[in-house]
Amino acid sequence: MTQTLFINARLIDPVAQTDNLGALLVEDGLIAKVYEEAEPKVAGAVIVNCAGNCLAPGIVDIGVKVSEPGERHKESFRSAGRAAAAGGVTTIVTRPDTLPAIDTPEILEFVARRATLDAPVRVLPIAALTKGRMGREMTEIGFLKDAGAVAFSDCDRVVTNTKVFSRALTYAKSLDALVIAHVQDPGLSDGAAVTSGKFASLRGLAGVSPMAERMALDRDIALLEMTGARYHADQITTARALPALERAKRNGLKITAGVSVNHLTLNELDVADYRTFYKLKPPLRSEDDRIAVVRAVADGLIDIICSMHTPQDEESKRLPFEEAASGAVGLETLLPAALRLYHAEMISLPRLFAALSLNPSRLLGLPTGRLRAGAPADLVWFDPDAPFVLDRVNLLSKSKNTPFDGARLEGVVLGTWVGGKLVSGDI
Amino acid sequence: MTFRAQHLLGIEHLHPVEITTVLDLADKYAEENKRGIRHKDVLAGLTQINMFFENSTRTQASFELAGMRLGADVMNMSMQASSIKKGETLIDTALTLNAMHPDLLVVRHPHSGAVDLLAQKVNGAVLNAGDGRHEHPTQALLDALTIRRAKGRLHRLSIAICGDIAHSRVARSNIMLLGKMENRIRLIAPPTLMPAGMADLGCEVFDNMEEGLRDVDVVMMLRLQKERMDGGFIPSEREYFHRYGLDAAKLAFAKPDAIVMHPGPMNRGVEIDGNIADDINRSVIQTQVEMGVAVRMAAMDLLAQNLRARRAEREITA
Repeated sequence: MTQTLFINARLIDPVAQTDNLGALLVEDGLIAKVYEEAEPKVAGAVIVNCAGNCLAPGIVDIGVKVSEPGERHKESFRSAGRAAAAGGVTTIVTRPDTLPAIDTPEILEFVARRATLDAPVRVLPIAALTKGRMGREMTEIGFLKDAGAVAFSDCDRVVTNTKVFSRALTYAKSLDALVIAHVQDPGLSDGAAVTSGKFASLRGLAGVSPMAERMALDRDIALLEMTGARYHADQITTARALPALERAKRNGLKITAGVSVNHLTLNELDVADYRTFYKLKPPLRSEDDRIAVVRAVADGLIDIICSMHTPQDEESKRLPFEEAASGAVGLETLLPAALRLYHAEMISLPRLFAALSLNPSRLLGLPTGRLRAGAPADLVWFDPDAPFVLDRVNLLSKSKNTPFDGARLEGVVLGTWVGGKLVSGDI
Repeated sequence: MTFRAQHLLGIEHLHPVEITTVLDLADKYAEENKRGIRHKDVLAGLTQINMFFENSTRTQASFELAGMRLGADVMNMSMQASSIKKGETLIDTALTLNAMHPDLLVVRHPHSGAVDLLAQKVNGAVLNAGDGRHEHPTQALLDALTIRRAKGRLHRLSIAICGDIAHSRVARSNIMLLGKMENRIRLIAPPTLMPAGMADLGCEVFDNMEEGLRDVDVVMMLRLQKERMDGGFIPSEREYFHRYGLDAAKLAFAKPDAIVMHPGPMNRGVEIDGNIADDINRSVIQTQVEMGVAVRMAAMDLLAQNLRARRAEREITA
């Protein structure tokens, strides 16, 4: 029996919504006991002195793109796993928008095997909702669920055919499977690289109205009323979509929503002179939208913050803006970027970790995300105030396409544990 | 020295004084061009490469002529036919060209921002000859020179820009330039061809020609860019002409001495009545073409001076 005692820890408890000094005992990979005193005595335990810094449940990041199979030069399970551990992410929930798409139990098994061999953190796969993510026929949702798929999604492709989508939702409901959807009206957003408005007009870039998000959300909410399926909107990024989400929740639909940390901390003006590292899906929004979405996270209307980690190599980014690929890496910057909201006094640390750890765990039915006796000892120890300037070449991700290159950030991960085992940090 | 820019990528980053410097020099060149005076020494020994990733006849010819009149060695590259088709990226093309040490690079590209991207990778001076829907600075400068010569000033004028503003880089550069020079800008377009947020830029926005043209000094028509339209921005060309095409009846709402401009090539009977375009009392369309050569000579002259100054400085420090 191995025991580790974390003393002098500022415990961030998203369940009780508390932020107090205390101690925490880990035994055989599980949290055994939480102490209100900072330096309890436990005979024979290995001591980790947190020195007053934060100890929180490890981050559960929904929607991480690991480019295996197909584009291992962009990101592998090994590199993504190491990046996650360095960023305090203890569970990555991976996307199926690979080459080929993860749409059969056989491909899912390959992914699971590669993940357990190479990644130091927990890896849970999302499978495609339709075959080849083509929006025509649903995948073998039952088999895929048995093989370990925790959710079903066509990622950034919207299932445009409502008949196909409603059938998939109905079938998923019978298996209590979670469907994750990208909310963006495909017609209105066709060809758009940025959000429409003064900035897009000045830069001469094709823009999409922020209304495209609400339109797609409204459609999906109608389908949820019809089918009763469990549904998660991957990224809600506009003020206009929030009342619809609020109404749907109030009406008792099984709906949750996420947002990427990029949309919480950056706005459309960051694109500046065609900087393609800021080209995202959906595109960055206006400052008014950003503030509205941050408030929605603080209020709990938006449940989950994710990194929407999307590795892209230099070749797919060093192009004219409209031709460049979308997406940004984020595993290692998720926590320091999210801490910007804490430092801006817009959100408390326990609330932040509800969105980063507890809510995604609850959504997927995982025992993680809690500082409670019996929960897995997936932990992140970090100094929330330590400043640094990010240099993208130091990222552990194979791809370095971060919008935070050169940014001044606060918040350094000192140690990450998965199941009580140290996976990152020098202790 | 009142022109400091290294490249001419857009009007956005130019200071009003820099704009005036270009126009003053262009004015001089316009007079000398008329009198047949040549300046083979100005760009002597410099290489000018015209890279057009998108079709162009008049802009390319204008740049070519401007370079030759100033004595540059001019080379044209039609990029549509070349390595782009073989899959080379823009950056690689830029690096390849840079290795040939061009002094002046004139670039047109179908994507907004592409010329900025290319300019980051080359040592010579880059002139934007139009990038996507973003900017077309020499067009705005030649329009400004035409207005200044016709109206005697380039401030406190009421100027209407009409038509396909959404797809027009000419409109964007003109809005910037005329705004910096403190003019009143009125934009007239069907709502489907009016980009979002234009009122925030200090423009007055109209969807009706009669209202928009009231008492303006300058009427600037834009070409309906059929090739950039995928998905019904207007119901038909004949309805467009009826509501937004410039004819004598609509022009009557402008000031009696208002001038009519068009960047070309024109779609007669779509955005402009042929009779208006040919009316020598109102139309300055041919003058615009003439000023185009003079403005490009001035821009290349100024950029070359800066280029030579930078090189001289580097030699001193080295």
